[in-house]
Amino acid sequence: MTETRAISLIVNGRPRGATVEMRTTLVDFLREQLRLTGTHVGCEQGACGACTVLVDGEPVRGCLLLAVQADGARVETVEGLAPDLEHLTPLQAEFVRHHGVQCGFCTGGILMSLTASLRDNPRPTEAEIRDTLAGHLCRCTGYQGMVDAVLALVAAAEPAR
Amino acid sequence: MTAPASRPAAARRPAGGYIGAPIPRREDARLLTGRGTFVDDLEMPGVAHAAMVRSPHAHARVRRIDTEAARALPGVLAIVTAEDIADIQKPWPARMPSPVPGTSVRHGVRHTLPVAKVRHAGEVVAVVVAESRALAEDARDLVEVEYEVLPVVATAAAALAPGASLVYEELGDNIAAHIIQRVGHPERAFASADHTLRETFRVMRGGSHSMEGRAVVARYDEALDSFTVWDATQAPHAIRAILAYLFDLPEHRVRVIAPPDVGGGLGPKTSFYPEEALVCWLARRLRRPVKWIEDRLEHFMSAAQEREQVHTIEIAFTRDGALLALRDVFTHDVGMYGALIAPVITACTVPGPYRVPNIHSEFRAAYTNLPPTAAVRGAGRPQGVLVMERMMDRMAETLGLDPAEARFRNLIPADAFPYPVGMVFRDGAPLTYDSGDYPELLRRALEIADYPRARREQAELRAQGRHRGIGVAICVEGVGLGPFEGAILRLDSRGRVVVTSGAPPQGQGYQTAFAQIAADMVGVRFEDVDVVTGDTGAIPYGIGSFASRVTANAGPAIALAGGELRQKILAVAAHLLEAAAADLEIADGAVHVRGLPDRGVPLAQVARLGNGGVAFGMVMPGGLQVGLEASAYFAPSQAGYSASAHVCILDVDPDTGEVAIVRYVVGHDCGNVINPLIVEGQILGGVAHGLSNALYEEAFYDSEGQNLASSFLDYPLPSAREMPRIEMFHLTTPSPINPLGVKGAGEAGTLPVPAAVAGAVEDALRPFGVRVNRMPLNPARISDLIHRA
Amino acid sequence: MKPPRFSYHDPATVEEALGLLAAHGDAARVLAGGQSLMPMLNFRLARPGHVIDVNRVAALATVSPGPDGGLRIGALVRQRTLERSPLIGERCPMIGQAMPFVGHPQIRTRGTLGGSLAHADPAAELPAVMVALGARLTLRSARGQRTVAAEDFFVAALTTALAPDELLTEVALPPWPARTGSSVQEVAIRLGDFALGGVAAALTLDAQGRVAGARVVCFGVGPRPLRAAAAERSLVGGAPSAAALAEAGRLAGAAVDPSDDIHASGAYRKRLAGVLTTRALAASLASAAAHAA
Repeated sequence: MTETRAISLIVNGRPRGATVEMRTTLVDFLREQLRLTGTHVGCEQGACGACTVLVDGEPVRGCLLLAVQADGARVETVEGLAPDLEHLTPLQAEFVRHHGVQCGFCTGGILMSLTASLRDNPRPTEAEIRDTLAGHLCRCTGYQGMVDAVLALVAAAEPAR
Repeated sequence: MTAPASRPAAARRPAGGYIGAPIPRREDARLLTGRGTFVDDLEMPGVAHAAMVRSPHAHARVRRIDTEAARALPGVLAIVTAEDIADIQKPWPARMPSPVPGTSVRHGVRHTLPVAKVRHAGEVVAVVVAESRALAEDARDLVEVEYEVLPVVATAAAALAPGASLVYEELGDNIAAHIIQRVGHPERAFASADHTLRETFRVMRGGSHSMEGRAVVARYDEALDSFTVWDATQAPHAIRAILAYLFDLPEHRVRVIAPPDVGGGLGPKTSFYPEEALVCWLARRLRRPVKWIEDRLEHFMSAAQEREQVHTIEIAFTRDGALLALRDVFTHDVGMYGALIAPVITACTVPGPYRVPNIHSEFRAAYTNLPPTAAVRGAGRPQGVLVMERMMDRMAETLGLDPAEARFRNLIPADAFPYPVGMVFRDGAPLTYDSGDYPELLRRALEIADYPRARREQAELRAQGRHRGIGVAICVEGVGLGPFEGAILRLDSRGRVVVTSGAPPQGQGYQTAFAQIAADMVGVRFEDVDVVTGDTGAIPYGIGSFASRVTANAGPAIALAGGELRQKILAVAAHLLEAAAADLEIADGAVHVRGLPDRGVPLAQVARLGNGGVAFGMVMPGGLQVGLEASAYFAPSQAGYSASAHVCILDVDPDTGEVAIVRYVVGHDCGNVINPLIVEGQILGGVAHGLSNALYEEAFYDSEGQNLASSFLDYPLPSAREMPRIEMFHLTTPSPINPLGVKGAGEAGTLPVPAAVAGAVEDALRPFGVRVNRMPLNPARISDLIHRA
Repeated sequence: MKPPRFSYHDPATVEEALGLLAAHGDAARVLAGGQSLMPMLNFRLARPGHVIDVNRVAALATVSPGPDGGLRIGALVRQRTLERSPLIGERCPMIGQAMPFVGHPQIRTRGTLGGSLAHADPAAELPAVMVALGARLTLRSARGQRTVAAEDFFVAALTTALAPDELLTEVALPPWPARTGSSVQEVAIRLGDFALGGVAAALTLDAQGRVAGARVVCFGVGPRPLRAAAAERSLVGGAPSAAALAEAGRLAGAAVDPSDDIHASGAYRKRLAGVLTTRALAASLASAAAHAA
């Protein structure tokens, strides 16, 4: 039984290479081998969304993808959004302003889903925002701060009349 | 898209100070950029991974454990059973006596690994440690355990029935506690009342399901014979105490640290669990750090939770709708282990914001072969609120009164504080509401909900065959529980104020809120304050973060220590500036003479002198006390009492049973507020949890104690799409119990939601004669209620 | 929990995949979107000796017009594509109507048509939609190829007509008749979760506005999607009046016999089948009228 395979992929814009066990999921690979611990594991069945990362631009559950399946792919995680703590993205800054984070465990996955959906649709309605967030569970915030953060981002982008 | 947006500007001191200002949290930048430090994120070189072997049976003797095949697997480092850990197999210390005088809790004795038998499906019987979690689970698959299955009691009713199988043989029955509290003369009041009503309610709650499960890593230092335990716990000092006891170590050789980031707690992370002792034992055996990360299935199976209460509640009242008496008798499922926190709180929550002169409150808490229980956000209060608020609705219906009016006729008025209810609260002190204005809270909630118009719309919609309902719920919540919490404040060599407190955060924003209090009381800038939490090595005494207690305990401690530190700083600066301390002020990181901004010294310089930093061999200036440090442990005289009022307006589709919430209004009073942004976030999160308890999540066990809903597919939690937009307002009645006037807000959102939703659904379906006596609801249950009515 | 060990194969062609299935049969599981199989692997509820990852088999991921005006959808086509493809939206509107009920956006990124059909969860939407559409499924093996009507493909809960060495490769959909409207209705505890009950329906009208064809398929009410044949027959040839739709609903409810579970009573599911049938037919009628032009 071949147990491992060498993979190469682009993670947050950087080429990475590693040898992975066949059965290792993408999220475990990112966290343990690449030490990108900003993405978390909450349920291992695709329900909670904490493990959501972007693969070739699309939001996927990192717990439901094998690392070997990401060979040759372009992966984006929460660590790739802002260059550093001093320079948050506008989305992250709105999350701060509107108290969209409490314990922070679910936050990485949520930011990635929102990043992907905002690329597709930069001016979502509240219902559309809640639809994107429908694939994420948060037990702390009640989500309203997150929704308000995205609404504020949309409003800030509106050209002044 | 990534235009450099700067970190939120340094918080300006608003007029009046930082306390009360909606300052954005400092925690956020690291959490938003993936730099959080949760237990499983911590770098632990050489760490080995534990997997727990768990009993599939709810009640069984362990006859034999065969680990031979498992041991042979490459990468397996150890497999241990009860025999191997004999040196720490002491009976766990009992956690909580009964707070009600004259009553007692009968403690079931348990051990880290079961000695006689397993008592719930999911109880740990052995541990595998390997180089990876996957390998540990491979080995776990090969561990063979032979069980002798025993009869199961899977509900409180079954456990209390005569002849029931015993969870703890030595107790002789399954009663963990039978606690009665009485006020006045309830029998007389019932006998002479114009009206009495009696109903039975079943309320099932569930688990915490914080997004991070339990998590613990233990490191053993051979040279110091000591442990360092990184633990996603809400109560590091309690965990330390039990570990020290089990391992026969002095407390200073067991250090428990809740890392700066814990992914939600909600109650169950307050308990002590076998896994915490086991990783320590294994770390010492293997001389490597050992980590155990709970997966979601394990959380369903073995993390503490709340389950079912069954209440039979009676009220007596006059024809004008004045309550005369209340009798509430209920059962509570304790599981195979648990402190009696929740049912005591339930009992004390039932009378609520109403004047009830005669009370008989009685509960039996029963041991069952189900997972251990603890308080889950709300901690027994939602159940108490549900039964009382349902009865208020029934009283209103009986008398033809509007449900809000029925409540107004009984609310404790604003001038009646402190208000003694007559019962003993779970802290052992008399249940005495400290402050509040319940009529105003309800009035304003109804005003914001535009209640008269909502009733008119309801009538119009009903005429069109649509089923709109309005539910109202108001409740009082014991918060700020003692016995104490502490704070140590220091001015360090950089001139920064370091606040150390024992209570660790799981998302409540203590790094921000504590800094706000310290900054105001010491008189420094918010950005010059650092906060350290949750480390038993940094502060000797602490209780923990639960029961909505931290702001009201740690807050005053920080304030007191802060004031003292300020005086010490000024005394040292006075020496340096050759001025009177009374003439000095602190601004912009320095101490200067009032009116003479050029005559000042930076705080770092004050610290150098104050912390004993004169040149080596020189004499400390006379009169100066060494050490710019102050500590305070604030012990409140009693719990405080917050209050909430909710109005829920919803539509029910009678053909499918689906519910659509049209409006949801929340009014909340938690006394003075340190950070409104944080408090609102706590309320909103609580409302989401409450809504989940009302319409979504439900724990299900069969008669063999098997969990029938052990994944999120069968145990739904609401997402943003299920949540209505919550409209919120605040009322402030400061608490006289502590100098900050604060109460507590962490759980408040959960309390009235099931009651408000139940009331609204019943109201919507009044034309069908529906009775909502059981929670939670879902479309199928609602539809069945219609068809059975 | 972490997956057990398995041998992993990622064939690039259908033939390779079939060869692997022929070699490993019962000991193999096909990995497509992974949204159903990966949770089972993570929880060790499935312990296949071999995992055959077909995600690189590009031949399985195409959507093309059928020779007769219908559609051919490869088994590996992502649910997200089913949602968004203009060709699918134009030629088979019922698929797009089902998609909002299928999981969440992040699930639909990876989940596939074939995976959902092969998994055959009784409360899933796509199996019922395929039965309602009269889809024909192509099953291939090293031994050859056969097509199976969707109605015959779903045998029992989580069980299909697939032999251990067979791979579902393609779904063929007939042309969408003129003057046909459709609807998918579902009740779940949360939108996107598995159905407490659901109905996929279509109505075809003739030039006089009478019902020329009707399809009513109930799901979440039994081990497999159920065609409410009596309900369908009651409609054909008649005017689609409110009374006729209500009667069809009554017949659909009468035809199902769901059992109780922790979430819902069988009685509720039975009532729901009737209610949702009537609603789905009413919505189908409204969109058939819109398509009439």
